[in-house]
Amino acid sequence: MGILEVKDVNKRFGGLQALGNVNLSVAENTCHAIIGPNGAGKSTLLNCLVGKLIPDTGSVMFDGQSVLGRTPFEINQMGISRVFQTPEIFGDLTVMENMLIPCFAKRDGSFALHGIRSVFSESGLRDQAEQMLEEVNMLDKRNMHSASMSRGDKRRLEMAMCLVQNPKLLLLDEPTAGMARADTNNTIDLLKEIKEKRNITIAIIEHDMHVVFSLAERITVLAQGTPLVEDTPENIKGHPKVKEAYLGEAA
Amino acid sequence: MFGLDKKDASLLLIVAVLVAFAPFFLNPFPEGSGWAQFNAGYPDLMQRFVIFGIFAIGFNILFGLTGYLSFGHAAFLGVGSYAAVWMFKLLSMNVIPAIALAVITAGAFALIIGYVSLRRSGIYFSILTLAFAQMSFALAYSVLTPITGGETGLQLALDDPRIFGGAATEGNIPVPGFFGLEMRDSAQLVLGNWVFTFNVGYYFAAIIMLLSFYLSIRIFRSPFGMMLRAVKSNQQRLNYTGLNPRPYTLAAFVISGMYAGLAGGLMASMDPLAGAERMFWTASGEVVLMTILGGVGTLIGPVLGAGMIKYMENIISKINSDILHSWFAFLPDGLEDLVVTLIYPFIGKGWHLTLGIVFMLVVIFLPGGLVQGGQKLAGLFGRKKAQEPKNATTEPAE
Repeated sequence: MGILEVKDVNKRFGGLQALGNVNLSVAENTCHAIIGPNGAGKSTLLNCLVGKLIPDTGSVMFDGQSVLGRTPFEINQMGISRVFQTPEIFGDLTVMENMLIPCFAKRDGSFALHGIRSVFSESGLRDQAEQMLEEVNMLDKRNMHSASMSRGDKRRLEMAMCLVQNPKLLLLDEPTAGMARADTNNTIDLLKEIKEKRNITIAIIEHDMHVVFSLAERITVLAQGTPLVEDTPENIKGHPKVKEAYLGEAA
Repeated sequence: MFGLDKKDASLLLIVAVLVAFAPFFLNPFPEGSGWAQFNAGYPDLMQRFVIFGIFAIGFNILFGLTGYLSFGHAAFLGVGSYAAVWMFKLLSMNVIPAIALAVITAGAFALIIGYVSLRRSGIYFSILTLAFAQMSFALAYSVLTPITGGETGLQLALDDPRIFGGAATEGNIPVPGFFGLEMRDSAQLVLGNWVFTFNVGYYFAAIIMLLSFYLSIRIFRSPFGMMLRAVKSNQQRLNYTGLNPRPYTLAAFVISGMYAGLAGGLMASMDPLAGAERMFWTASGEVVLMTILGGVGTLIGPVLGAGMIKYMENIISKINSDILHSWFAFLPDGLEDLVVTLIYPFIGKGWHLTLGIVFMLVVIFLPGGLVQGGQKLAGLFGRKKAQEPKNATTEPAE
């Protein structure tokens, strides 16, 4: 029984069957990659996991509880953090403030009215945030305006914001899309480090096979809304069905 | 000091000093001189400065922090005024219960209107608040006449019940007061040709304004304030970080509604009558202008904007063509007439035109409002020093 169990999930947009009978089980403390050609339904599946979309049928269980019908912030409070394809951070705020917000969310829940105490009197949360920034090598940037940083830094900040909450499951939506090779390698190293240091389950959606094969322990191949195969990276590499899905019948 | 960092504390101190000595600052010209009409140091106008300052400070907590642009905040001001006048009619002429009820009633109204309006964001939110405010105005003007006094407005009368009589006697309608201090009482200080007026109502409102300003600084610096800025910055990220934006925005909406109610209650305390026109949409628009003119999201900006607009409304609108003629009398006749004709549209009833031009200039050249203008000036004079304390320039506008 994995930490994340997706059973018979269907999702239809008008005439398009985006997901058809998707079954997926992500085991605890592993890195599970979901790959597939464009339009395979990877992002739709991810959106069903975080509460942005509700599947037409089927069930999604996380840690023994159903996530269906819950809002994104409730699902985050259950222990799922999500990194977006384009980094989503609080651009008007400093790096430190960006880090403090998830700390507050973790400690105080989805709403708390602390209107009088100053933010910076919260030394405990501040230490937590600084420690996490240290871990991703961004401590020197803590007073920077986060919108003015490079894309790679924004990505690292977003990941730090997710990790500081100690999520049970980290969802990554094409974390290296549009990155230069060097940045991609940095991201891979960062993720490897995270995996070693923490008890964390990672589910990753990715186009870049280099990233997938360096990180994943299990791979699910999705094509036209249905899982084709699920196996270890070694077996996926030479799998005829996978080649077919990616390169077409003739190959 | 008071749990503020050094910069905020000195800002609060500067504002406190300015407010305390406003009767001097605002009356720089000797009585009877040609410039005396630019004096703003009379009680009525000074009261308006601080009361609209409170209104704008509260509005800025919503608009400046969360970015939600409410076009109906005057409704809360009006509700506060009505509540205060009813308290004068029914309970006593003491301003404390009147202001307390004004704040509570406005808060309750804001809770209802905010709950509905905050289901939408952006332009739809603005339109919803505008609709609610116009509905309130229409109701106050017609259907609710028994409560609001309709067209004539709500006024005090001799036969009001007033449980704690408050010296309701001798055929005079009593005046609002604070434990014996009447709001309209003034002391005058004559120094040579200068006359300075110290009004009880002004100082009472000013103290409340300073308290509201202090509270707003605390909110800006608190985790709650940080969440509100996060709402403005990226709601999607906030959602996926485990935070529910709606109660945060609703709390900000109610707090700013209560500020508006406080301003309304103070207005009624200075002059105990309330009319529906206080809820009209132009009044809501005015506070938007004040906040933008002064600097959205800055601490002091709204107060400056409120002061600027109220000054122009009261001073420029008093200039008439005779005064213009006397100013330009030194010019040859034809030229004098020409100059007066050119300037005439911008004064008197045309003060809105001047306001419009100032507003356009500020928005185009100083998007950060008057506060940004002040910072630019400070930057010009302090350029040599500026290289050393670099963090002062990277801070967001406050």
